[in-house]
Amino acid sequence: MTIDITPELFASVPDAHGRFGPFGGKFVAETLMSALSDLEALYARLKDDAAFQREFDADLAHYVGRPSPLYEASRLSDAIGGGRIYLKREDLNHTGAHKINNTIGQALLAKHMGKRRVIAETGAGQHGVATATVAARLGLECHVFMGEEDIRRQSLNVYRMKLLGAEVVPVTSGSRTLKDAMNEALRDWVTNVDDTFYIIGTVAGPHPYPMLVRDFQSVIGREARVQSLAQAGKLPAGLVACVGGGSNAIGLFHPFLQDAEVAMYGVEAGGKGLETGAHAAPLSMGSPGVLHGNRTYLMQDDDGQILDTHSVSAGLDYPGVGPEHAWLKDIGRVNYVAANDEEALAAFHRLTRVEGIMPALETAHAMAYAERLAADMSPDEHIIVNLSGRGDKDILTVAAIEGIEV
Amino acid sequence: MSRLNATFARLRSEGRQGLVSYIVAGDPSPSGTVELLHQLVVAGADVLEVGVPFSDPMAEGAVIQKGHERALANGMSLQGVLDIVAAFRQADQQTPIIMMGYANPIERFGYEAFAAAGAEAGVDGLITVDLPPEEVDAIDAALKAVELDNIFLISPTTPASRIQTIVERARGFIYCIAVKGVTGSGQLDATEVARNVALIRSKTALPVAVGFGIKDADSARAVAAVADAVVVGSALIDAMVRVAEQEPVASEHQRHAAATALLKSIREGMDSSPS
Ligand SMILES: Cc1ncc(COP(=O)(O)O)c(C=O)c1O
Repeated sequence: MTIDITPELFASVPDAHGRFGPFGGKFVAETLMSALSDLEALYARLKDDAAFQREFDADLAHYVGRPSPLYEASRLSDAIGGGRIYLKREDLNHTGAHKINNTIGQALLAKHMGKRRVIAETGAGQHGVATATVAARLGLECHVFMGEEDIRRQSLNVYRMKLLGAEVVPVTSGSRTLKDAMNEALRDWVTNVDDTFYIIGTVAGPHPYPMLVRDFQSVIGREARVQSLAQAGKLPAGLVACVGGGSNAIGLFHPFLQDAEVAMYGVEAGGKGLETGAHAAPLSMGSPGVLHGNRTYLMQDDDGQILDTHSVSAGLDYPGVGPEHAWLKDIGRVNYVAANDEEALAAFHRLTRVEGIMPALETAHAMAYAERLAADMSPDEHIIVNLSGRGDKDILTVAAIEGIEV
Repeated sequence: MSRLNATFARLRSEGRQGLVSYIVAGDPSPSGTVELLHQLVVAGADVLEVGVPFSDPMAEGAVIQKGHERALANGMSLQGVLDIVAAFRQADQQTPIIMMGYANPIERFGYEAFAAAGAEAGVDGLITVDLPPEEVDAIDAALKAVELDNIFLISPTTPASRIQTIVERARGFIYCIAVKGVTGSGQLDATEVARNVALIRSKTALPVAVGFGIKDADSARAVAAVADAVVVGSALIDAMVRVAEQEPVASEHQRHAAATALLKSIREGMDSSPS
């Protein structure tokens, strides 16, 4: 694609149709179209409304605990012996991941729309927990759709959601993971569209979700930009984030897109290895198509059927990706790479042992790639990794892989 | 005149309401689908709606979802559905066939390639659940070029101004969704359906078919009182599944018979006056 990369370019997407170049859009059943228009109109009004922004910022400060620190991982950087690695500590947020930034924002929208019930899809359970949390705080009824396979491997988060008063609905169709949970959430929304707000957990789904989730998560990058200048005296040479649907990645990347000197790396789940087909890396290995309300890169077969994915981390186990990432790939602004299960597990252990920070398995994919990247850089350069979540939820998975009974 | 226009003109002149049957191509089996379609016509279907299986049918309720899963497990593909239509056409030149599916398999096939292959096979129209008017320009152009009808859904949540936009693009007939929900769900409210159909009729002369939530002769009769046609899907598939559950060795013939018997009773219910 020949496109001039100018600062204005990044502010121009999505367009009025919710498109990022050829990606994005509103590919949903007719029943949902008016709900999406209502949401679009409300968000257009509130986006630049000072009172709404104040409310959002106050919640982020006093309930989530923002700003999250930018931490220089000195021992890890020394051990690698290349560029310095800084961690944007989203794991320190209330509920333990970046997901809460978005659920706070969407819950405010739900409140403005007068909805009494919220629904969500979840893979790792972090978005489900973050949704159940804001629902508890606002006294909203909450149903979280979760694939049976994920309920098994993220049992701690399932119990957390129940403690918070949410009903966790097991999804038994298809591959019983995140993709199927999203199908089921969309079906619930079609049925209960009058009183229900669908809190989508990533920068996917139909317009305006990819845009509003990006806007709510961009607080990560705005803070990181200021912190980098203050703590390292300059912008980072690179940014690294894992990509499931892509919300923590876009949140970090977006405020830096116009800084041409900042390289960006989105790390997909390489699963058992890209060459095996058992992975969740649509940007690296997939092709454009339409799923869950938008056009984007997908893992699909020649007949346009969506393929099953594999990743050790439930939160990355998704065959699609947010449409803005599809566009950023095609215009060449962001590099999309992969780390496989084994590399992520090794990075999980290394960060835990060397820095005393236990990352989520999703986040461990970003760490694995960041180590490779830093090794080839000089010590006067630095990179920022989005430490999107903490790993407590994954200890049973890690133990099982290592044959340890907890 | 197109098969759809001819069919609705005939129904109108006879003073009858049409019956549209929906099944998923490849379910219960790919080899039996052509025969099942012929049997549905004998049982009273005026228009055949053939579901194109998709891995992620997000607007379908559990019954049709499972039908999609079985069809895919049986190896059904978009090309396979086109082949079924072509085979059906060898013996039936009159009955209109609408394909109903999701955007991705068609996009993968290529809009123009699909339109050409559909026309060649004898398809009359297409419903793409996840292509609302906002996303339909490209496929619309391809379908128009080969005179295939693009059929739009109108839901109870569609505002009046939007209905206007939709009917201006629509061809063949309007598919009015009876309930807020997925296929096979909910209890339909005949008064609300009547109100919605009247609103649609105030904006277009196209025939209006009503579907989602029609399960039996009674619900069909209630809807037929206001609509030009009634669509039955989940109930037919459910009838076939139940036979197989009750009698695990049920032959495909027995399953087909369960669906056609239900369709026949619905046809009779529509043709008789309310009890
Ligand atoms: C900690 C953490 N990081 C990353 C992700 C992936 O989501 P996204 O790509 O939207 O950031 C998840 C999803 O569950 C998560 O829990």
